Amino acid sequence: MLITCPCCGPRDVAEFTYQGDASRSRPDPASTDQAAWNAYVYDRVNTAGAHREYWQHSGGCRSHLVVLRSTLTHRIDSVRFARDEADGARRRSGSPA
Amino acid sequence: MVEQVSPLGSAWTPGRHGNLAGEAGVVLSETRPGSIVQAAAFPGSEKAVMAAIAAATGLALPDGAGGGVATDTKAVFGIAPGRFLVIDQVEGLADRLKPGIPVETGAVTDLSHGRTAIRIAGPQAEWVLSKLFAIDFALAAFPLGAGRATQHHDVLAAIQRTGPDRFDLYVFRSLARSFWTMLVHAGEEVGCEVR
Repeated sequence: MLITCPCCGPRDVAEFTYQGDASRSRPDPASTDQAAWNAYVYDRVNTAGAHREYWQHSGGCRSHLVVLRSTLTHRIDSVRFARDEADGARRRSGSPA
Repeated sequence: MVEQVSPLGSAWTPGRHGNLAGEAGVVLSETRPGSIVQAAAFPGSEKAVMAAIAAATGLALPDGAGGGVATDTKAVFGIAPGRFLVIDQVEGLADRLKPGIPVETGAVTDLSHGRTAIRIAGPQAEWVLSKLFAIDFALAAFPLGAGRATQHHDVLAAIQRTGPDRFDLYVFRSLARSFWTMLVHAGEEVGCEVR
């Protein structure tokens, strides 16, 4: 499997480290809702198909990435810097950078 | 001046290794730079760091990921977004870079004692490196002066093309002996000369 790093270009998957499901959203840190925290920490959908996930190019430029990958075919539809995704999310929610 | 000690120690075995027919396919040597420095920019300060590198070294970095330039005594190339490896045969480069890169602009990290610089040159340099690293070493994909950050298993390496048939590799000093030995083994097939 090749992942096309936005900085380095196509690289072997061995250069990357998987960093987990990027589709979850973390509860408000002040929240004491145990069910919400339990779901955040333990529940996984086990998607068959398009899956949004975090990877790090640990053997190259060290950038954190958001990859849209099919868990059925390993086809990769998009690779973006996680920093850009986070900036976009902050802009959408209106909170300061 | 204090004499530099090579991290290769007894792993440095000058002479011809492996295939003895014809000219050596690769020549391995150490370039022993006095300074190996990482200059990193905060987002938005990339141009300021590139200008500071140009002011301190006289090397003008081209735009674009992995771009670089090298002379006989100095080199610079991109290894990540906003991060550059700067090399000078003369010691003290970090101190020359710091005035141009204040803390609000970026960070200067002196890696001179943490990395070792290995040069692989010769008509089979691309072939030998391709055995170890999963990147394209062809001139069209890896142009002159350009840099790449990659790894061989867990040995991280920053590689710059400093000639049509020549690459300079920067690897962790603590792994220099095993990495060098592996390079010699990889080069034996085509004839490896250690200088």
